[in-house]
Amino acid sequence: MSFYNVVKLYNEFKYHEYFQQLNPDEILKIIKKDKKSEQDFLTLLSPQAEHFLEEMAVEARKKSLQHFGKAILLYTPMYLANYCVNKCAYCSFNLENKITRKKLTIDEIDFEAQVIAATGLKHIVVLTGESQKHTPISYIVDAVKILKKYFDSISIEIYPLTQSQYSEVIKAGVDGLTIYQEVYDFKIYEQVHLSGPKKNYLFRLNAAERACREKIRSVNIGVLLGLNDWRIESFMTGLHAKYLQDEYPDVDIAVSLPRIRPHVGVFEDVKQVSDRNLVQIMLALRLFKPNIGINISTREKEELRDNLIPLGVTKMSAGVSTEVGGHTTENYDTGQFEISDKRSVDQIRKAILSKGYHPVFKDWMQI
Amino acid sequence: MKDFIIGGVNLKSRLLIGTGKFPNHDILPKVIESCGTQMITMAVRRVNLDHKEENILDYIPNNCILLPNTSGARNAEEAVRIARLAKAMGCGNWVKIEVISDSKYLLPDNMETIKATEILAKEGFIVLPYMSPDLMAAKRMVEAGAAAVMPLGSPIGSNRGIRTKELVKILIEEIDAPIIVDAGIGKPSEAAQAMEMGAQAVLVNTAIATSEDPVGMAKAFSLAVKAGRIAYESTLAKESSFANASSPLTGFLHEGDK
Repeated sequence: MSFYNVVKLYNEFKYHEYFQQLNPDEILKIIKKDKKSEQDFLTLLSPQAEHFLEEMAVEARKKSLQHFGKAILLYTPMYLANYCVNKCAYCSFNLENKITRKKLTIDEIDFEAQVIAATGLKHIVVLTGESQKHTPISYIVDAVKILKKYFDSISIEIYPLTQSQYSEVIKAGVDGLTIYQEVYDFKIYEQVHLSGPKKNYLFRLNAAERACREKIRSVNIGVLLGLNDWRIESFMTGLHAKYLQDEYPDVDIAVSLPRIRPHVGVFEDVKQVSDRNLVQIMLALRLFKPNIGINISTREKEELRDNLIPLGVTKMSAGVSTEVGGHTTENYDTGQFEISDKRSVDQIRKAILSKGYHPVFKDWMQI
Repeated sequence: MKDFIIGGVNLKSRLLIGTGKFPNHDILPKVIESCGTQMITMAVRRVNLDHKEENILDYIPNNCILLPNTSGARNAEEAVRIARLAKAMGCGNWVKIEVISDSKYLLPDNMETIKATEILAKEGFIVLPYMSPDLMAAKRMVEAGAAAVMPLGSPIGSNRGIRTKELVKILIEEIDAPIIVDAGIGKPSEAAQAMEMGAQAVLVNTAIATSEDPVGMAKAFSLAVKAGRIAYESTLAKESSFANASSPLTGFLHEGDK
């Protein structure tokens, strides 16, 4: 089995014809329905459903409280290296971009970890570009061994691995995988991934599933919003989450909703995703799958992030730097993208508390 | 109202509460005070000893029994490891076993729970297993050393009430250990219903933690649990006096015997 079978089912689907025949009464009924079908989910992502955002928000808040309570998990990314052999039109790490390339040594990782741990964070996501030469699996495993001294949960957001490599990193102490398909539409995927191993659509698509087979504890998927029509891409993301949850019920599934941010690169054809659109995606996802995690990163502005909290966010990054070694050195030209919410961990903690929610620092432990 | 005896301890309160899903830790001592609970469960994986303001243990009064739970365990082995970590962290030797490998409905795995119960009871833990109400599974848990059995009323966090009523009733009748209804209780009236049925206690979390006024809701639950228990004990008293009476309704049949 593969999620690709589901992708194929919808390849020829006439989304716009489907949206055109929807009527408002139907949307209201769906919002109130206990269990939403795939079709209901697509309806909630329709242009017509935009008129019912408040009704959707009321239900989404209820479902979120029921499943997650008033808790928001905090984490931060840690960039280990930005060497990359891929040419991706939307990313600063693109091998042709003239940015400073850097890779942290084991000692630098230890120092960076100490500084992050001092902010109280217990959950970390480690990131690299894709380079077998600079950041092979052995480097990731060594990094994880150091990070285990400081953190209770370690996720990886690196290039896709084989199943046995996932087994290796899980044994080393990794409990979470973040992997974004970027775009489910195959043609656009081909267009934006100009060269490099990332061109292999299927190897990336099936990566989450390979990690699930190795009993990883949590998987975070998503697309880069802006590469294609967000309604279609969000629909596929929701179906991917459902697929993983159905096939691997012992894995916690979460979805991120990153919008394209200014970056060094060549991608010009950005499809706009407004704040209103972002809210609709979040609400539709929450109503479709009430028990999946929803992650809002510092790509979004602080005011918007704070306002999204009661609508169903379950995870937020805090004290973020996308620079390699950005917590211990002053690098300003190694970053992956510009961040909008530059608040410290403590500032975000206080902002969450002031919204009547509880910022959770620790939700897992190495057992 | 009779005392509730569990693990050799006499408790006045028959309401156990959970610590997840609250808007902050500061509210916890007020919730505990308003409902008078004496036993509180917390997920071991969330206990954060390194952060003063985040350490849940600092918000629980000393006179409450800590009931660490193994939330996050997907099999018996993980549950056992989490329980041992809890003990090492200084959470005492009580443990609520939760083994869940179904992230959709959060339904427990009875088989793995029985295995974990056996291992931990032998190690001297006072074990309270969370389970799907199944008579044979409950018997095996008690044989394995469980101090009580905690069947679900409906799935965790669902607030749907005692949907498993008929099965829980069977456990209450047949199992020689306290039955504590855990999970699914969404309203005080449902807690009262569980107590009227003869459950020894109930455990409530989501309904209190996510209410607009957790302190008020905790109080309401405590009153409902008391009311339900008194109703149960009163019914018992009545039934037993009826059974012991000298059959006044059919006494005339024996008149000639004298």
